[in-house]
Amino acid sequence: MKTKGARRRKSRSSGSPPEFWELRLYVAGQTPRSVTAFANLQQICKGHLKGRYRLQVIDLVAKPQLSKGDQILAIPTLVRKLPEPVRKIIGDLSDTERVLVGLDLRPPPARLTVGDEP
Amino acid sequence: MIRLDFGVHSAYDLKIMPRKVPAPTSPAARLPKCPTGIQGFDEITDGGFPRGRPTLVCGFAGCGKTLLAVEFLVRGATQFDEPGVLMCFEETRAELEANVASLGFDLADLIRRRKLLVDHVRVERSEIHETGEYDLEGLFVRLNHAIDSIGAKRVVLDTIEGLFAALPNEAILRAELRRLFRWLKDKGVTAVITAERGRDQLTRKGLEEYVSDCVILLDHRVNERIATRHLRVVKYRGSLHGTNEFPFLIGDNGISVLPITSLGLNHAVSSERIPSGIPQLDAMLGGQGFFRGGSILLTGTPGTGKTSVAAYFAHASARRHERALFFAFEESPNQVIRNMHSIGLRLEPWVKQGVLRFHAARPTRYGLEMHLATMFKEISAFRPAVVIVDPMTSLLAAGSESEAREMVTRLIDFLKAQQITSLFTSLTHEGSALQQSEIAISSLMDSWLLLQNIESDGERNRGIYVLKSRGMAHSNQIREFVITEQGIDLVDAYIGPGGMLVGAARAAQNAREKAAVVASQQEAMRLRRSLERKHTAVERQIATLRSEYEAEEQEARRAGEQTARRTLVLTSDRAERSRLRLADAKRAVSAPEPTKRGKRKR
Repeated sequence: MKTKGARRRKSRSSGSPPEFWELRLYVAGQTPRSVTAFANLQQICKGHLKGRYRLQVIDLVAKPQLSKGDQILAIPTLVRKLPEPVRKIIGDLSDTERVLVGLDLRPPPARLTVGDEP
Repeated sequence: MIRLDFGVHSAYDLKIMPRKVPAPTSPAARLPKCPTGIQGFDEITDGGFPRGRPTLVCGFAGCGKTLLAVEFLVRGATQFDEPGVLMCFEETRAELEANVASLGFDLADLIRRRKLLVDHVRVERSEIHETGEYDLEGLFVRLNHAIDSIGAKRVVLDTIEGLFAALPNEAILRAELRRLFRWLKDKGVTAVITAERGRDQLTRKGLEEYVSDCVILLDHRVNERIATRHLRVVKYRGSLHGTNEFPFLIGDNGISVLPITSLGLNHAVSSERIPSGIPQLDAMLGGQGFFRGGSILLTGTPGTGKTSVAAYFAHASARRHERALFFAFEESPNQVIRNMHSIGLRLEPWVKQGVLRFHAARPTRYGLEMHLATMFKEISAFRPAVVIVDPMTSLLAAGSESEAREMVTRLIDFLKAQQITSLFTSLTHEGSALQQSEIAISSLMDSWLLLQNIESDGERNRGIYVLKSRGMAHSNQIREFVITEQGIDLVDAYIGPGGMLVGAARAAQNAREKAAVVASQQEAMRLRRSLERKHTAVERQIATLRSEYEAEEQEARRAGEQTARRTLVLTSDRAERSRLRLADAKRAVSAPEPTKRGKRKR
């Protein structure tokens, strides 16, 4: 928790005051899950990140060589390139609460401290 | 499902196995195999991994899973022109390159030549948030891309269980892994998946449930402080395979699984004979010595001269300009050379000429399989005609008796396949049942010589005899084995009513015999002389008799002559007288009468 807090403070202080989100959504073809994920993401971005984000959708079927760069295993994966640190949100993004936590748009609730514990 | 017997089966099981199963009539009936190129492994598995199917390699940490997998790829790329993809979940490419460089694998070069592709999959759980449903299509795409980009035929997933730590949803992961293995099969690549050994099962996460075509178990055990790696084919669907645990070794050119030789007993045999270096011993072996390519066992209690016989054999080989390789496990080469010098055998010229080579190592220096591999390497490099292992028994110190037996079996198979004659010395303990203790090994041997101490009359002497020698008439005699400064001599032992006489007793017996001979000679001489004397006496007697006879004869003749003369005289006298009487009357008639009378009167 401590490190996480420190990291967040750091990212807030170093980033530009109106924070900017750079997002990449990795999909593999037009699967229903990918479509769902894309729809969910668009909804979240519209609601919380209006004008402060850039979204890139990468179809690995078309560009498989791109899977290496972001170490993509699961599909769909949403990679938050900015603000740092890099975070990967896997799944169809149907759990909006957790997506918001993952995007650093909402402090994680005490019971939802995902990530540090194995 | 999984048999967990660790019993070491006899090598015999293995040997007869190919005979039990008839050879497939058509190639199509046979499961296609993908040769690994790993020494010995393809023999055990009858050709390698199942082609186009995934194989699971499991074992505890540090038992060589990754190396096996990497060697599979490297050999595929270099020997079989099958490019490979290595997807590793633990080590980075640089780490891996460094790790296998010690085995002589140049991954960087293979990668440059597009024979190999290393893809390090790094997953950090702290980065990952799960939100809803997902699959591992990303991994599939990535793997597919890697395979297609170099046309890979072989794929290795090194410890895919790493994913279990990264992805929290085990249910999804399991389903996806099942799909992955299925997908690999459909893709037609030969895949190797490594996994950590679990406590009660082959793998921690039960991957053996998904990969069921071929399962290889690696093991690294420490037995009496000597570590040995073992490999076992737990399962191989649709193929025959060796079921034993095979020791294997990570050497400086990769993994070698033993046996290196084939499983059969179908090596060529030679009827050429090679001398032992001791003419009398050759005489005991049908006059010509051992068969080329045969295996010879030389057993004896301490100090019976095993090494000397072995050195003679090496010497004889070197003199024929055939290379001899001497594995010394108890003495250093210099010590052997010095000691042999004391019995008149000069080995150092041969060493200098390069026809004789020593290889000395303490038996406990490393495990048996390492010894075996070292020996294989030495033999392959030196290409000798004769190999001597002195003593074989000290290898027991490096492993259990059954392991040592296995090892010797493999060594003999290997040597026989190359027509190399081998001589093994074996130390037995005084008083122990000699034959019994050697049963395990002796059945593998073609010839068995026994050196024995014979104790009698307060001294100890050496005896040698041929216990068995396959395929040749051999002496059933015990010979006395004498080591002198001039070398080894085999002496016919004296067999008398009191048993076998050796050493001083034999010498005494010889002296007695010699004395008896001398005595009889003297007796004969004496008789001859006395006969001669008698002869002379007889001769003399004869001469005496003859002279007596001659004397008498002479006497007789003289007497005869006298008698005749007297008779003549008498006759003439009578005639004279009568004439005289007549003369009285006829005096006037014959004038010369008076002269005659006068003459006679004178």
